[in-house]
Amino acid sequence: MGLQRFIAERKQSKDILVMAHVVCGYPSFEENLQELEIMAEAGVDLVELQFPFSEPSADGPLFVRANEQSLKSGTTVDQCFEFMKLVSARFPFKVLMMGYYNTAFKMGEEAFVKRVKESGGVGYILPDLPIEESAKLHRLSEEAGIEPIILMTPTTSDTRLAKLGAVSRGLVYVVARKGVTGSKTQMGDDVLALIERCRQHTDVPLGVGFGISSKADIDVLRGHADVAIVGTAALKTWQEGGAPGLRQFFAELMA
Amino acid sequence: MDIFDFSEGREGYYGEYGGVFLPEILQATIEELLVCFRECKADPKFWQDYVALLQNYSGRPTPITHLENLSRKLGGAQIYVKRDDLNHTGSHKINNVMGQGLLCQRLGKSKVIAETGAGQHGFATATMAAKFGFECKIYMGAVDVARQRPNVFWMENLGAEVIAVEDGQKTLKDAVNECMRDWVTNMADTHYILGTACGPHPFPEMVSWFQSIIGLEAREQMLKQAGRLPDRVYACVGGGSNAMGIFQGFMDDDVELIGSEGGGHGVGSYMHSSRLAYDDATVGVAQGYKTYFLQNDEGNMNETHSVAAGLDYIGVNPIFAHLHDQGKVRFEAATDVEVKEALKLTMRTEGLIPALESTHAFVTAIKEAPTMGKDQIILINQSGRGDKDIFTIADALDDAKWKSFIGGKADQYRAENN
Repeated sequence: MGLQRFIAERKQSKDILVMAHVVCGYPSFEENLQELEIMAEAGVDLVELQFPFSEPSADGPLFVRANEQSLKSGTTVDQCFEFMKLVSARFPFKVLMMGYYNTAFKMGEEAFVKRVKESGGVGYILPDLPIEESAKLHRLSEEAGIEPIILMTPTTSDTRLAKLGAVSRGLVYVVARKGVTGSKTQMGDDVLALIERCRQHTDVPLGVGFGISSKADIDVLRGHADVAIVGTAALKTWQEGGAPGLRQFFAELMA
Repeated sequence: MDIFDFSEGREGYYGEYGGVFLPEILQATIEELLVCFRECKADPKFWQDYVALLQNYSGRPTPITHLENLSRKLGGAQIYVKRDDLNHTGSHKINNVMGQGLLCQRLGKSKVIAETGAGQHGFATATMAAKFGFECKIYMGAVDVARQRPNVFWMENLGAEVIAVEDGQKTLKDAVNECMRDWVTNMADTHYILGTACGPHPFPEMVSWFQSIIGLEAREQMLKQAGRLPDRVYACVGGGSNAMGIFQGFMDDDVELIGSEGGGHGVGSYMHSSRLAYDDATVGVAQGYKTYFLQNDEGNMNETHSVAAGLDYIGVNPIFAHLHDQGKVRFEAATDVEVKEALKLTMRTEGLIPALESTHAFVTAIKEAPTMGKDQIILINQSGRGDKDIFTIADALDDAKWKSFIGGKADQYRAENN
């Protein structure tokens, strides 16, 4: 089932979906599995599996260190895909690849798309790959039936939003604020206005991420966005409170 | 040949290298920068102001020196040196920085950020920011902060905030990542003064344009002083800005251009910074652009090394990746050991103290000069001065008197603290 249809079906029984995030191999693949089990139990709908990269320039301090530590402990791209295969078979949520373009570029775009598809992934997020550079990758993805997730941001002009909207498929990732992952966002009128602006340029579902850490944040988005995207806050909770902490975090988040 | 005359739809590309690989959030900022840069480049007054500023503030034009002693000793080609070490702040970095300072004024931004490796670019940026009244933050790998304290000292005293980057290898590439992170947050009032001809378009073109002043001067000076153009021009290549600068003066001439990279511990050691001279680098996309990177098969960057912090970098300017493919520029490497020997030779025979970075160009030139005829001419770009490297050089030369001086200083500070 395609990503967009999956979101539409899930939205029949709830008003907003949740997408969570883990960095593959950090703290370890075993712990990733425990985190994902908790996310599945809580009813998380989508998960980004971040493939670690040595130059994660769009990430904040917590994910930077997670990328670094994962690579230090020997995580390979192959292991990440194997993990994706296992996870997408085991859990009811849909899985997306998240990472940096060099990972796909070095494999070759054909091989990358094939591997995401074979591993049960429904799409991918490559934040450092602008649409000007993605024509071939998008075509290959369409042929394979997986979705390239486009990002829309507060600094994006209406002209450019129209361009982005024209090539968007599956899900659009709305970046709630400037900056890198992991700092707090004031969820308010600015974010809602941004969602409204993005909505004018695309019919695909809108996911909102960057700085979402609580039920209150999600409540603001309810009725405006289709998916709330939670990243750093979950990892931080796992580091501080382990499995019980994370279970409580998602229980409260999705109450 | 105009390498910046892009064909339709290929703006920012040099062959298959270059481009803009940035997060969506920065697209508007990079577009704004590109528009401003195009205006500046098309405005003759901007270039006049730029040249005047460097004349009045930095001592340009920097001279050309004929190294008669070294030429005689080597018994081959006549060696000339372009003295960009004589710039204010001691290197060619000030050229680019002053240019981007003027551009930042046009952009109407009040803050500047910069990455730095050896510290020369950070030092130059802090100097420019003090003069222009910009708030200034310099990101520098913690390893580089430790090995380049004199530059950190000056940056801080010039009013800049120096932030030691503790991520990754804690060197230049990590400082670049940290600048990107600052920029995606603060782009509204902040200009990123990238220090070399790398990164996303238009930085490679823009930095090359500002640095082209070196080659413009050098070509004219050679004609006047030596009576003709050199047969070969040598420059060290980290990111590649000083080399791009001097090479641009001779692109259309029958002059061989040679870039000298950081050979570190040598070929096969995997402890070096040679992207083009050795066979270890492959094409990839990182830090906003596509070029040859020292990386593994999965696209994660390898550790790099050079005795010269300013050459210790994973990628090379995309223009050089293209010119290398085309055979227009030849690339060689100089090892750490060769650099120390060449530095000693240059100091003793000519009284010149090139920076460790620039000494890489001397190594290759010194190797090749004896194989050339006495009527042939070579030109080396001395892009920076070596004073800043006094700690590294003193270590390399194992100078006992220096060590005892530092020991004494340390004792004095400890006593003051107690």
